[in-house]
Amino acid sequence: MTRIVVVGAGPAGVAAATLLVERGADVTLIEERAQPGGQVWRAPAPGLALDMDRLLRGDSEGFRRFHAGFAVLRPRIDWRPETLVWNVHGGTVQIVAGGAQQALPYDALLLATGATDRIAPIPGWTLPGVFALGGAQAVLKDQGCLIGREVVFCGSSPLLFLAAVQYARFGAAVTVLDTTPLGAKISAVPGLAASAPRQLAKGIGLMAALRRQGRPMHLGVTLLGFEGSGGVTGVRWRDARGVERVTACDAVAYGHGLRPESQLAEIAGASLRFDRLRRFHAPEADALGRCGNGLYVAGDGAAIGGAEAAEVSGRLAAMALLADRGESVEFGALPERLARLRRFQDGLARAFAWPHAQVAALADGVTVCRCEQITAGEVRAVLAPQLGAAEVNRMKAATRCGMGRCQGRYCGHAAAEITAAALGRADAPLDRLRAQPPVKPLPIASALVEDDWP
Amino acid sequence: MSSVTADVGIIGGGLTGCATAYHLARRGARVVLLERGFVGAQSSGVNFGNLRLQGRYLRQLPLALRAQRLWEELEAEIGESVEFSQTGHVLAAVTPAHVAEIETHAVDCKPYGLDVEILDRRETLRRWPFLGEIVIGSSWSPRDATVNSRLVCPALARAARRHGADIREQVSVTAVEQAAGGAFRVVTDQGFVLDCGHLVNAAGAWAAPLAAQFGEEVPAFAAGPVQMVTEPLPRFLDPVIHAVDGGILFRQTARGNVLIAGHPRVPVDAESRRTRVPPQKATINMARLAKIAPFLRTQNIIRMWTGIEGYLPDMLPVFGPSRTTPGLLHAFAFCGHGLQIGPAVGAVLAELILDGGTQTPIGDFAIDRFRTPMAADKAKLKHEFDMEILDRKMPN
Ligand SMILES: Cc1cc2nc3c(=O)[nH]c(=O)nc-3n(C[C@H](O)[C@H](O)[C@H](O)COP(=O)(O)OP(=O)(O)OC[C@H]3O[C@@H](n4cnc5c(N)ncnc54)[C@H](O)[C@@H]3O)c2cc1C
Ligand SMILES: Cc1cc2nc3c(=O)[nH]c(=O)nc-3n(C[C@H](O)[C@H](O)[C@H](O)COP(=O)(O)OP(=O)(O)OC[C@H]3O[C@@H](n4cnc5c(N)ncnc54)[C@H](O)[C@@H]3O)c2cc1C
Repeated sequence: MTRIVVVGAGPAGVAAATLLVERGADVTLIEERAQPGGQVWRAPAPGLALDMDRLLRGDSEGFRRFHAGFAVLRPRIDWRPETLVWNVHGGTVQIVAGGAQQALPYDALLLATGATDRIAPIPGWTLPGVFALGGAQAVLKDQGCLIGREVVFCGSSPLLFLAAVQYARFGAAVTVLDTTPLGAKISAVPGLAASAPRQLAKGIGLMAALRRQGRPMHLGVTLLGFEGSGGVTGVRWRDARGVERVTACDAVAYGHGLRPESQLAEIAGASLRFDRLRRFHAPEADALGRCGNGLYVAGDGAAIGGAEAAEVSGRLAAMALLADRGESVEFGALPERLARLRRFQDGLARAFAWPHAQVAALADGVTVCRCEQITAGEVRAVLAPQLGAAEVNRMKAATRCGMGRCQGRYCGHAAAEITAAALGRADAPLDRLRAQPPVKPLPIASALVEDDWP
Repeated sequence: MSSVTADVGIIGGGLTGCATAYHLARRGARVVLLERGFVGAQSSGVNFGNLRLQGRYLRQLPLALRAQRLWEELEAEIGESVEFSQTGHVLAAVTPAHVAEIETHAVDCKPYGLDVEILDRRETLRRWPFLGEIVIGSSWSPRDATVNSRLVCPALARAARRHGADIREQVSVTAVEQAAGGAFRVVTDQGFVLDCGHLVNAAGAWAAPLAAQFGEEVPAFAAGPVQMVTEPLPRFLDPVIHAVDGGILFRQTARGNVLIAGHPRVPVDAESRRTRVPPQKATINMARLAKIAPFLRTQNIIRMWTGIEGYLPDMLPVFGPSRTTPGLLHAFAFCGHGLQIGPAVGAVLAELILDGGTQTPIGDFAIDRFRTPMAADKAKLKHEFDMEILDRKMPN
């Protein structure tokens, strides 16, 4: 019997697994966390009675539907929670679970590894109390905690207002500083209205909700930096008219959208392609998620698309997988639906653009790599077209930028922008830091092999 | 097609090529070095950084000791740091056979001018108390050192350029022709040719086809020594700890990470230049590390990698003049120990080219030792290489 391994139990992975078992396949679903849900349907830690209706409001129906669906799916699959896939090699996924490494062979592999925050460094971004936007949201969804009492939500992301509203529902005094240029948002509206009127209305509703509650909200601002010693105490910013201001706070949630967690796909053999609109690399796949050689990608890990697109793409990738194994499948209207959802995301990507020029111009003294404490100036100092670092991996070799615990997952995008701009190549496809296993830190104690050495 | 002329052309900008360019340029020769990618981006820039003297092939010691003197002076000479650190090296014995081996070696290396100290179990554990129960003795070599290999080639290449060497990156050599007078014409993929009187074949794991073109076939093959690294830890270790049989070795970098390696080497694809560490192999190295240094069990591995290194069945490099073609010199397949001797290899090649000879003995590395086919001692190499390599790549 063919063994299909699905990695990631967010909406994409669970939708894929559901379709596959319905068609009689033998499915192993692997998830690093204790519970399914991924980012969007992340469930509170066991034993924590978090009021999900209060947190999610209109989305709580989706949350319930997802978890009810999973309860039905669970007994029909080989469910492996708290299991990290650290590597893919020679037709096996390499996992760590319960403190032990193990290899699981597969016939087909479907990666639904999702996305995490993309960080645009600015002065003070490494201060304690400054959280990535998604991280701030995760703390609330997962632990029922807030990152602070007076929280500034800043940056540019479709999740900015959602996260701020959720924090406000749980009693935080929130301020929103949206750096999105107003023009970009307005020019994106017609496209958004056509491709996904529901999502657009939802976004506008979130802003209106904050306004009604009298929460301070400033659009089209420029962030100058996070301030404080030992911990963040304020955000310095310039308003749309050019007036410089400081907002006091005890925590900051800061984000510029998401980037796919594509390391595992790269290690599994997918080629990566540079997405010029979003300025990151994503696995090269066809419209259904095929990467070739029995490898499939779905959800945010394939293309940033939000929860609905994740679910649809999960089903499509599962269908493509079945079709490739000789089964008859009806794709129906799903491919067109996914295409429409992704067009909507293109609109969002234009409206909430990654501020690449600002990142490329980051002041020399500002830290780029948090793990290794490497500044923009240190990156620039080693760059040279000949006999210096002429691309980002050589830059890393010379400076250690991207060589720490996170392996460049957080600094890699900024480092690539700074490198390309300094070498006069900002318009060409960016270089990227190459991935190697493990995708996350791997405990030495998990190596429980019989080895006759010495 | 434009042409460039030089006294000496060098193919390959690893340590071998860069050190050769440096020594030649310092002595006034006109040198052009061609590197397909970036200098030091292959073996020379991804290695363990071990400048190990003890445990080497004995008759390589004159070359190795000459190299160590050059390393000791290098940073001052070129004005850049390569994180050279003379921290010494520990050969850790974990079997009685290992103890016998280090005791013999300590006597044998003395006449060459290498002094090492044999330590019993007690003294070994007194000096490095974190070592595991399995360590029963050691050999201590204080002159051994380490460098950050990522920094070495770019720094040496810049120094060579300051002395007038013309070093070109992202230029691939596609063919070598020889004119009637004996001069070489090196054809590149960048629209120019290089004409030179001497040619150094320093193309690492990719050098054997060029030698074969000049009638010098060698049974070279590529393999990858597995490396991995932990997160940075507070300082606890200065020297390299190296099990006598190479089954596991580790050191702590200047930043604090523990760098871990260990035999056997794994298969690599020199053609595509993509390397992946087989996970079973990584797991074995982690388990061995936990045996030799149990307290590291609580640490995490954050990255693993390997490189593409050239090997020969007798575990010695090809290094010296061509036996068929005057003006051609070979220096490749350093069998996993080319970093330490690299500077001296460059100095010797400069002497061979500019002086017509050298005082440093290198006869054992001559390319024509393979004229009569050499059978690999597979039993002996079993610890060194993955079975797949032994079965597929080794001559019988
Ligand atoms: C912090 C955050 C908050 C978000 N909030 C919202 C929201 O409120 N509403 C909304 O519409 N969208 C939200 N998004 C967008 C969201 O990512 C998508 O809507 C949706 O969750 C994508 O689904 P997915 O299945 O592709 O990936 P995810 O939901 O991200 O699921 C991927 C899963 O894979 C697992 N995984 C990854 N790598 C491995 C590995 N190596 N081994 C084992 N498991 C692994 C992860 O633990 C995760 O559970 C958020 C995104 C982020 C990053
Ligand atoms: C993982 C690893 C760990 C190691 N650890 C140690 C150690 O601790 N101590 C030690 O002493 N040694 C060590 N070694 C061995 C050492 O790194 C090598 O022996 C040494 O670097 C070889 O240098 P090289 O210049 O001969 O080869 P390389 O560094 O491989 O350089 C050869 C160069 O030639 C170029 N080239 C090839 N073909 C062409 C062409 N057609 N045109 C242009 N350019 C071309 C390549 O791109 C390459 O840059 C290790 C090796 C590896 C892989």
